[in-house]
Amino acid sequence: MTVPTLAVFKLASCDGCQLTLLDCEDELLTLAGKVRIAHFLEASSAVTPGPYDLALVEGSVTTPADAERVREIRAQSRHLVTIGACATAGGIQALRNFADVEEFTRAVYARPDYIDTLATSTPVSDHVDVDFELRGCPIDRTQLLEVITAYLAGRKPDIPDHSVCFACKRRGTVCVTVAHGTPCLGPVTHAGCGAICPAYGRGCYGCFGPSGSPNLRALIPLLHRDGMDDRAVERLLRTFNAAAFDKVGKEVRS
Amino acid sequence: MTNSTTTAVLDRDGLSALVQALAAQGRTVVGPTVRDGAVVLAEIASADDLPFGWGTEVEAGRYRLVPRDDGAVFAHTAGPQSWKTYLHPQRERLWSAERAADGHLSVTEDGSEQPSYAFLGVRPCDLRAIAIQDRVLAGGRYPDRGYRERRTGAFLIAAECTEPGATCFCVSMGGGPAADSGFDLALTEVLDRAGHRFLVRTGSEAGEEVLSGLPRHPADAHTRNAARTAVDAARDRMGRAMPPVDLRALMGESLEADRWDDVAARCLTCGNCTMVCPTCFCTTTEEVTDLTGDHAERWQHWDSCFDVDFSHLHGGPVRASARSRYRQWLTHKLSTWYEQFGSSGCVGCGRCVTWCPVGIDITEEAAALHDELTDRLRREKQKETER
Ligand code: SF4
Ligand code: SF4
Ligand code: SF4
Ligand code: SF4
Repeated sequence: MTVPTLAVFKLASCDGCQLTLLDCEDELLTLAGKVRIAHFLEASSAVTPGPYDLALVEGSVTTPADAERVREIRAQSRHLVTIGACATAGGIQALRNFADVEEFTRAVYARPDYIDTLATSTPVSDHVDVDFELRGCPIDRTQLLEVITAYLAGRKPDIPDHSVCFACKRRGTVCVTVAHGTPCLGPVTHAGCGAICPAYGRGCYGCFGPSGSPNLRALIPLLHRDGMDDRAVERLLRTFNAAAFDKVGKEVRS
Repeated sequence: MTNSTTTAVLDRDGLSALVQALAAQGRTVVGPTVRDGAVVLAEIASADDLPFGWGTEVEAGRYRLVPRDDGAVFAHTAGPQSWKTYLHPQRERLWSAERAADGHLSVTEDGSEQPSYAFLGVRPCDLRAIAIQDRVLAGGRYPDRGYRERRTGAFLIAAECTEPGATCFCVSMGGGPAADSGFDLALTEVLDRAGHRFLVRTGSEAGEEVLSGLPRHPADAHTRNAARTAVDAARDRMGRAMPPVDLRALMGESLEADRWDDVAARCLTCGNCTMVCPTCFCTTTEEVTDLTGDHAERWQHWDSCFDVDFSHLHGGPVRASARSRYRQWLTHKLSTWYEQFGSSGCVGCGRCVTWCPVGIDITEEAAALHDELTDRLRREKQKETER
């Protein structure tokens, strides 16, 4: 049996999601015996050329060069999985989608003419076909292992599409919205984190992006009731998955 | 159930002794306790962990803990968990399998070793809910092994209701604040000038045995009357009521109702209602493998008809819309449950009303469906006469 090759690529991102792979300390040795790591710059500068069996892609597409590169990555990869809020939703850098990028570059860089960037930050799936999207900012270690294990076993990963509330109730957490009047995005946010924030008494802030069936229109009056004005709601929704929640909001309004 | 019921009175020391006696039997004692601004269910080490002096104020989508001057211990309404947290836990391994180097497969089934529980403070609605889950999970041709073991070994101490909440409606579901059966011991809290005490009744041999070892007082007429009066008064103080109609027929006639769109617009499909419901039993199974592929496990965990994956068949979910998912929940609870299990799937505990973040109220939805149906029938009749 030939050992499948694993490649990890990075576009516009903070590296936190690929670090999650290195963070799988207990499983790393076993993993190294099951796949051949062919391209993982964060771990090793030794790179073998493609094609690759399993590619993990972190980061969003923000430059014309990356838009081209992601096509090359796709062409080199049999099974392409995007990891993290940047790769699956455009990340926090998608805030530029709501603003004037030229204005930003003028304000930030001494020589804006050196900057070659796109007007938007977009998920990888806007550019190429993706076999699986793993959400989160950062992704959850256990979920990453599940995706890799499922790939090795030739089965579908068990990554539910439901909301954080499901995990929150299973965990036995007292609902912060119902019992404390704390604003929480859990009802519209994709599960995967294990409902960490409510377990520590704070509301979910949506770092896994929208769930499989978010009803934002029904949640917003609740956020208002619990003390958030329109501006605060907008800020809450415009973080790591800004573009994804914005899309949901537009679908609601249309 | 025994034919002869023993009645006595326990004071606070008696209650403490009860917890100690159950622990001494090697049982895991679970009861109400205060955590994170709510009365939750948890393992308790002594009666001191119980929520003495705490009450609750609830409404649709709202729950607040409020201190009480009287020191009552069973004056709170349903928290976010029910006893299914223990009897039908959210996640349970069913079996595991190993593949040896020579390819030989060995499978080990789980479920025979289960904790022996004592549940302290089971409300009458929850006793009925447990009886329903008994039929669903332990009855029938394929009983859930783990559930059956845990249930058979569990010792149930009921606490009758004297302080129903604003979301309670057990009376309109054919129940009430009194515990009639299905318990080993039943307590009724009495608080008056004669002191803080509990009228205790036995409901089983095991209950008789435990009670006989506790420091107790004879059941005096005054305490009996006070207990009876408090429970009777609770019956008339239900915060809500189901519309007094044939709910089965109503659901059957309402499958195409407009109201489903109305509720779907408000519903987050977050599944909180089914997770807190003491009778909802739905699970899914998940196969877990490790990286080597030589070890596999099957886990069962709670699922819900509000989960879009729940009805996922080849090509996509059958119940993709919120409308169809809310309709599944309500029609199952109030109607098709009868065909499946011979009773309603709702005992009127009010949890789904309180713990729904947006406060969707099952009694209000049923009433609205009833109004819509009445309207429709009237219009149809009118058309008929006009013809
Ligand atoms: S705390 Fe948030 S995530 Fe948890 S049940 Fe409540 S709304 Fe849902
Ligand atoms: S009825 Fe309420 S608790 Fe149930 S899924 Fe809808 S919003 Fe969530
Ligand atoms: S449907 Fe609601 S009121 Fe009825 S038993 Fe379930 S949680 Fe309680
Ligand atoms: S209402 Fe939904 S979750 Fe509850 S038992 Fe019925 S199908 Fe299952």
